Amino acid sequence: MQVPAPFDYERATSVDHVLTLLAERPGDARIVAGGHSLLPMMKLRLAQPEMLIDINDLTDLDYIRVDGDEIAIGAMTRHAGLLSSALLGEHYRIFRDAERVIADPIVRNRGTIGGSLCQADPSEDLSAVASALRATVVIQSATGRRTVDARDFHQGPYETAVGDAEMLVEVRVPIRPGAGSAYEKVERRAGDWAVASAGAFVQLDGDTIKDVGLGLTAVGAPHFTCVEAEEALRGQAASAENVAAAAQLCHDACQPQADQRGPEDYKRHLARELSRRVLTTSIARARGEQS
Amino acid sequence: MQVTMTVNGNEVTEDIEPRLLLVHFVRDVLGLTGTHWGCDTSNCGACVLWLDDVPVKSCTTLAVMASGRSVRTVEDLAQGGVLDPVQEGFMQEHGLQCGFCTPGMLMTARWLLDHDADPDENTIREAIAGNVCRCTGYENIVRSIRWAAAHADGAEQQAAPATDEVTA
Ligand SMILES: Cc1cc2nc3c(=O)[nH]c(=O)nc-3n(C[C@H](O)[C@H](O)[C@H](O)COP(=O)(O)OP(=O)(O)OC[C@H]3O[C@@H](n4cnc5c(N)ncnc54)[C@H](O)[C@@H]3O)c2cc1C
Ligand code: FES
Ligand code: FES
Repeated sequence: MQVPAPFDYERATSVDHVLTLLAERPGDARIVAGGHSLLPMMKLRLAQPEMLIDINDLTDLDYIRVDGDEIAIGAMTRHAGLLSSALLGEHYRIFRDAERVIADPIVRNRGTIGGSLCQADPSEDLSAVASALRATVVIQSATGRRTVDARDFHQGPYETAVGDAEMLVEVRVPIRPGAGSAYEKVERRAGDWAVASAGAFVQLDGDTIKDVGLGLTAVGAPHFTCVEAEEALRGQAASAENVAAAAQLCHDACQPQADQRGPEDYKRHLARELSRRVLTTSIARARGEQS
Repeated sequence: MQVTMTVNGNEVTEDIEPRLLLVHFVRDVLGLTGTHWGCDTSNCGACVLWLDDVPVKSCTTLAVMASGRSVRTVEDLAQGGVLDPVQEGFMQEHGLQCGFCTPGMLMTARWLLDHDADPDENTIREAIAGNVCRCTGYENIVRSIRWAAAHADGAEQQAAPATDEVTA
């Protein structure tokens, strides 16, 4: 039987309450959102916080809405909410594609976008989505709010830009009219973590790629992306050859590690093949040729 | 610390350690052993119950997180001695063999049918993707849930067996 080490528990009533509690116990207190990454780690004693601050009552952080020229997503938005959101479905199919293959429906009822990004697992799918879309992350502390690019948010495995007395409150995605986007994952069995995943968005100007974003997870891609491939595509024709060449750059730039999910060369192969597929689908969706 | 929650419609108050998992709370503190405890790693779904009307894995939820909320377990499905259509469906279509996965399957299936009265096979298979069954090969589970969808009004129901037969 897996039992976490003892800890104190507080139910937060507001963001300010969370920040006060964090400040009172610097380094000892941890936020718990869905708990679907933290509790398994505590059960294995890989994490032993002395205090848990439960933020599940902060339902005002559960939203997906248009805010100016961006989509704002509250930290407590569950995977299930991201999957069913009509607004996200309209602007960014990448969320729906990704959420269908993140964990399983029951886990998706609990896990949150804030917890996913803050967990910073090197195989986290939403980290690749946020990186592909060049999202920004809003972090709140006692002194105010600051905004960090998703690509600077992750500072290494299980390490983020969120400080001891701070909390992630929102994720913001720029709205890109006409953009097509997609996500694909290879997993060993339904509900498992990725062997490799890729996500993309493409914005077209006629037949030219006006803007493009790429996200990669589980393959050791720096900042969950491949800027070389993005730069190679921007301003170029949206052709199969150019996409294939960019996908090759993803293959070359990633640094996967062999583990129980597969050897290095297989993961590199997947980085190339999945990038090729998501770019191709994104282009087709931007052209309105594919739903 | 003291927790108060509604479990299957009844208010319960208990003094527990914050580290107690919800699955052990319902099974060991409340004696509701219908909820099963399987993998302990949020993978198998045997421990699925409803927290505020949403299916969750209770091996990955703290009991204190359920304080002030409502919990519904498999014991609440049969009402007034009459099986819920999903229970009846699993009986009619041979939806279980060893029965270990069944409580979680039933709670996931009930929730699905409450939100989609007529799910097709693919929808059902996706909905139960977080519930692992080692025995049936899933075919009969899909049929059982289809049966429940087709008999939503509880027609052709048999009376539930007496409680002592169930626990024997
Ligand atoms: C069986 C299973 C399969 C899974 N499969 C996948 C998968 O295929 N792909 C995938 O991407 N994920 C997968 N996950 C992880 C799942 O998506 C988790 O829900 C997610 O990683 C964490 O979200 P959470 O809300 O549960 O976070 P929690 O576990 O509550 O927290 C995770 C970390 O983030 C911190 N935190 C949480 N919220 C905040 C906040 N607002 N501000 C600051 N810090 C915060 C916590 O302190 C903790 O350190 C799986 C999980 C399980 C149990
Ligand atoms: S015991 Fe909870 S998912 Fe297996
Ligand atoms: S009936 Fe045995 S595990 Fe499903």
